[in-house]
Formats: sequence, structure tokens, C-alpha cells
Amino acid sequence: MAKIQLNGKKITLENKTSVLNLLVKYKIDYLKVAIELNGKILPKMKFKKRLLKNKDKLEVVQFIGGG
Amino acid sequence: MKKDFFKVANIKINSRLIVGTGKYKNLRETAEAIKASGADMVTVAVRRVNIQDKKKPLLMDFVSPKKYKYLPNTAGCYNSNEALRTLRLAREIGGWKLVKLEVLGDRKTLYPNMIETIKSTKILVREGFKVMVYCTDDPIQAKILEDNGASAIMPLASPIGSGLGIQNKLNISMIIKNTKLPVIVDAGIGTASDATIAMEMGCDGVLINSAIAQSKKPILMAESFKNAVISGRQSFLAVRMKKSIIGNPSSSFKNLI
Repeated sequence: MAKIQLNGKKITLENKTSVLNLLVKYKIDYLKVAIELNGKILPKMKFKKRLLKNKDKLEVVQFIGGG
Repeated sequence: MKKDFFKVANIKINSRLIVGTGKYKNLRETAEAIKASGADMVTVAVRRVNIQDKKKPLLMDFVSPKKYKYLPNTAGCYNSNEALRTLRLAREIGGWKLVKLEVLGDRKTLYPNMIETIKSTKILVREGFKVMVYCTDDPIQAKILEDNGASAIMPLASPIGSGLGIQNKLNISMIIKNTKLPVIVDAGIGTASDATIAMEMGCDGVLINSAIAQSKKPILMAESFKNAVISGRQSFLAVRMKKSIIGNPSSSFKNLI
């Protein structure tokens, strides 16, 4: 099990869950978001390889309406 | 008038009216208002994905980035670090290099913090961004931004969301005169005639959000702004008549009966 923080919320994941697996689980289209992992941008090409570990902090952002 | 456009950082923008996508009743209304405005470029904000509600509709599904040029904005950022973080993430979403920088100074006036704004501009330019910069209506600050590689100057007409129109026409005129960059009046436009005035003064474009979204009929107001911007631009190009303090009859006195 891996306890991580996703957009400020604590969640628990099964071992060996990749960032891409997590996006699929939350029905998030990877093409429409950007991810910051532990304060650094994680390029899209690494979503599949990067497995989530205990204490990882993830920020998933998208575009919303704004001025 | 022939098809009108202007360029920012060599990117062709097919309407001088740029619109924001915030404050609408829902995304359907957002999409309809943008369509009615005839805008080619729309500003967007970067925020966390809602992980609680998996079915929440997305802006991208209503306002396609294939059809409209997205201009990521740093609305809500109060220092350089927050603004840089936001725009780096925005670029990561889909390669946006043309961005709008907005670093606010305080929550009450929403006035720009020019020290943080200039600092952020320098860093972003170094990182390859093309930066359109929200700024005070100060010709000196505008010149500093130009010297530091900004791609467009976006002075406020009056505080964001105030609807007070252009408060300092003299300063906006000086900015236009002093810079080679496109000048786009951003923030504070309240109604269509304000946009016409900005365009008549020689601005390259205007950016409108609240004045459309917060009107009673946003879709109709969007169309009104479309016409207002075209009208102001035509008037600027036509060059207005000279002002006179005495009357000058329109009908000749010759052959008067």
C-alpha cells in the first residue's frame, strides 16, 4: 500500500500504481492535465513509468474558466 | 473592412476582442458567449482537477483549444513564484508558450504588483515563453516590460471586475505612443462603449470578461462587444475630424433663400 496526497487529499493506493493508473482510476484524461510531483513537474512521458510511493505529493491541474 | 487581425509574438490573432472564460452561469453559456463575441483568443485559468466529482464537465469540452487560442493566465497569483509555477504547469498541459502574466498586489484593489511582474517577465522570457503582461497604466513600467522582452502590454483600464471603464485616458495614450508592442486594454471595461473608446484611442485590442459574463444577457452583450471593438477600430483607422470650439454649419450658406 502507498499513502499519498492527491490535490491536498490523503488517499491510499495499491502497490505499484503508476501515475497513469491513478489518472485512469479517477477518469482523468492525461492529455488535458499537467502534474506536479513533490513540487516538480512530471513530464507526460513519465506518467506510465513513475510508480507512486508512500508520502508522494501529487498536484493534478487543468484549465478552467478564468479572466 | 477587410478581415482584420493583429499579431502578438508573430502569432496571428483574428479578432481584436479577447475574452475571458470565467464567471459565467455554466460552461454552455460560456461557449455561446464566446461564439457570439467572435473572439479568436480566450483566457483560461489553471486550477486543481476536482477529484471528488469525476463527471464534472471540462472547459476544454465546451471551448475547444483546437478552435480557440487558449491564453493561460496567472489570475490569483500574488507573487512571482506562484505565477511561474502556474505558467510552467500551463505549458505542460499542452505546450502553450504564449501566456498572460498577472501578478496581483492586493486583494482589495487587485492592482498589479509591478516589481514581481517585471521579475517574472524576465524569467519567463528566459525560459522561452511569450509573455503578454497585465500591468499598471504607467508608461514607464510599460517601457520597462518592453525592454525586458514582453510580447504585449496589457494596461488596466480600472480595477479588475470594477466595470469603471478607462480612468486614465492620458496614460493609456502615452503607453500606446511609447511602445512598439501591441497594447491591449485589460481589466475594468464595463460596457461596450468603453471598448470602443479604447479602440478609437489606438489600442490593438481589448480583453473583456466580467463586462460580458456579469451582464444580464451575456450572449447579447458578447455580440455588442464584437461590434463595439470593430466600430472603434474603424473609427481609429478613419481618423476622426478635428475638434473646434466654435460651430461649423453642415449646410452651405450659399444660395440661401
